[in-house]
Amino acid sequence: MPAIEVTGLEREFEGEIRAVDGVDLEVADGEIYAFLGPNGAGKTTTVRMLTTLLRPTGGTARVAGHDVVDEAAEVRRSIGVALQEAALDPLMTGRELIALQATLHGLIGGEAERRGAELLRRVGLAQAADRRVGTYSGGMRRRLDLASALVHEPQVLFLDEPTTGLDPVSRKAIWEEVAALNREGTTVFLTTQYLEEADQLADRVGIIAKGRIVAEGTPAVLKAEVGRPHLEIGLGDGSAAQAERICEAFGRKLPEKDGKLLVEVDGGASEVAKVVRALDEAGITVASLDLVEPTLDDVFVAKTGEHLEGAEEEAAPEAEPVRAGDA
Amino acid sequence: MSRLLLNLRVIVALGRRSVRQTFRRPQLFAPILVFPTLLLAIQTGGAGSAVDLEGFPQVNGFLDFMLAGAMVQSCLLAGNSGGIALAVDLEMGFTDRLFAAPISRFAIVAGRLAGTAAFGAVTAVWFLAIGLIFGATIEGGVPGTILMIALVALSATAFGGIGAAVALYTGRASVVQGLFPLVFVVLFLSDAFFPANLMLEPAATIAEYNPLSLIVDGLRELVIGGVDAAAVAEAIGAIALIGAISIGLSALALRRRLRLGA
Repeated sequence: MPAIEVTGLEREFEGEIRAVDGVDLEVADGEIYAFLGPNGAGKTTTVRMLTTLLRPTGGTARVAGHDVVDEAAEVRRSIGVALQEAALDPLMTGRELIALQATLHGLIGGEAERRGAELLRRVGLAQAADRRVGTYSGGMRRRLDLASALVHEPQVLFLDEPTTGLDPVSRKAIWEEVAALNREGTTVFLTTQYLEEADQLADRVGIIAKGRIVAEGTPAVLKAEVGRPHLEIGLGDGSAAQAERICEAFGRKLPEKDGKLLVEVDGGASEVAKVVRALDEAGITVASLDLVEPTLDDVFVAKTGEHLEGAEEEAAPEAEPVRAGDA
Repeated sequence: MSRLLLNLRVIVALGRRSVRQTFRRPQLFAPILVFPTLLLAIQTGGAGSAVDLEGFPQVNGFLDFMLAGAMVQSCLLAGNSGGIALAVDLEMGFTDRLFAAPISRFAIVAGRLAGTAAFGAVTAVWFLAIGLIFGATIEGGVPGTILMIALVALSATAFGGIGAAVALYTGRASVVQGLFPLVFVVLFLSDAFFPANLMLEPAATIAEYNPLSLIVDGLRELVIGGVDAAAVAEAIGAIALIGAISIGLSALALRRRLRLGA
């Protein structure tokens, strides 16, 4: 039985705004599924429907085997939810919040205390447990939110943009925790607008735009659909025509870009050294050499004709060029 | 655990959070206790000779007369503060955490009202203590004192329903805060601070039909006269009327909010 099963899900708001427009998806038990899309794509609306916070206006959805409309209480018992921007009361302490969450899920007395202490330790907040949440950093808040969503050991965990606005270190800490939870058997449904997050964490990715899923699959398959890795070679001294001939031995030549020679390489990084060596033996100097792999943004562009918001800034630190000298 | 027991536990837990939140947020706490206490001090000090007016109820002192008004004022403000706190919860998304839990959704409102009721009881004890320290006599004795605390807690719950309804309907703390001046209009158009029979028209007529006057009269009688079953029954009736309307409106506003998914 799939952990999440969605068919033709729709949500229309007043003024005939259709935020979610016929979403179909299936998430297997034990899977991490990432819903990737820009702001306003319908990610949060979908999560709100799957977590019973919003009634669909069309279609059906089952979570942990229960219908989100007809069996909403059963769904709520089976899920953990950490919503966007960690909605925490700044006046409560971390321990108080976890205790309240335990009460909401029917845990009492020693069992609730033990579980609360265990979770606070797990997310590294044991020392800060008696401080008010208002004094926590963004990363600490997200970790507390995550801990509170786990208090009743849910089957399915929904994380709505769990790392938005966090620094890279805090983001990585959340990813590690999510991956660990998944290894323990929790199914995770997360929404994100970060390509790297979807790429690193998810078993499968659903790309959503304007309320519809435009692509779905494993990150590798999705990227392979839009192209192969290619080298961008900036030439120094030597014949460009000869360089092209040499490179064509390694893969299909692509149209030139900014004066650089572009060539597809099936083997990715493993081909770089061979290409540089061949050019060097022919007396051709390589001024620069970048290995460019397709990203989920390329998938998004291929499917929608638009870039994901912030994709370029996010990609910038990753796209460190592989210099010929390094190869 | 049965559903009923789970929901009762949730109401108690949310009520406890509500009281804690009020004590930790001065802007919620100050209007409930500080303002009514200051007003009580100013009025008792400045208008004490009103007891000599012809037609003024027989009282041991003006403070005895004023205590009930101060308690009801405090209750109204507690209800308003509870509404503001609920609206803040809605604004920051904290209520989503509660809505996503396997509990009765009305338990969320009931928890807030339980906190307001507890705060009402605290204010009753506070004003009784002030009264006793500054020479007031509680003619109703211990039973009257217990009844007063219970009536004030129930009043706070009923007034809390108004704040909760506005909070749930609008989802905006600033709107609930806007009710603050209305509290004083409603209070001054009752016999909370001045006997209705000594007011000018149309205020006298409005005060006579204002259900708040019945609550104040019931409480005041316990201070200045003793336990009067009829006055207490009228106060309970008025509280029940206000409570039924306000809590009913809260339930409707909650249902609307859940339907719209706002």
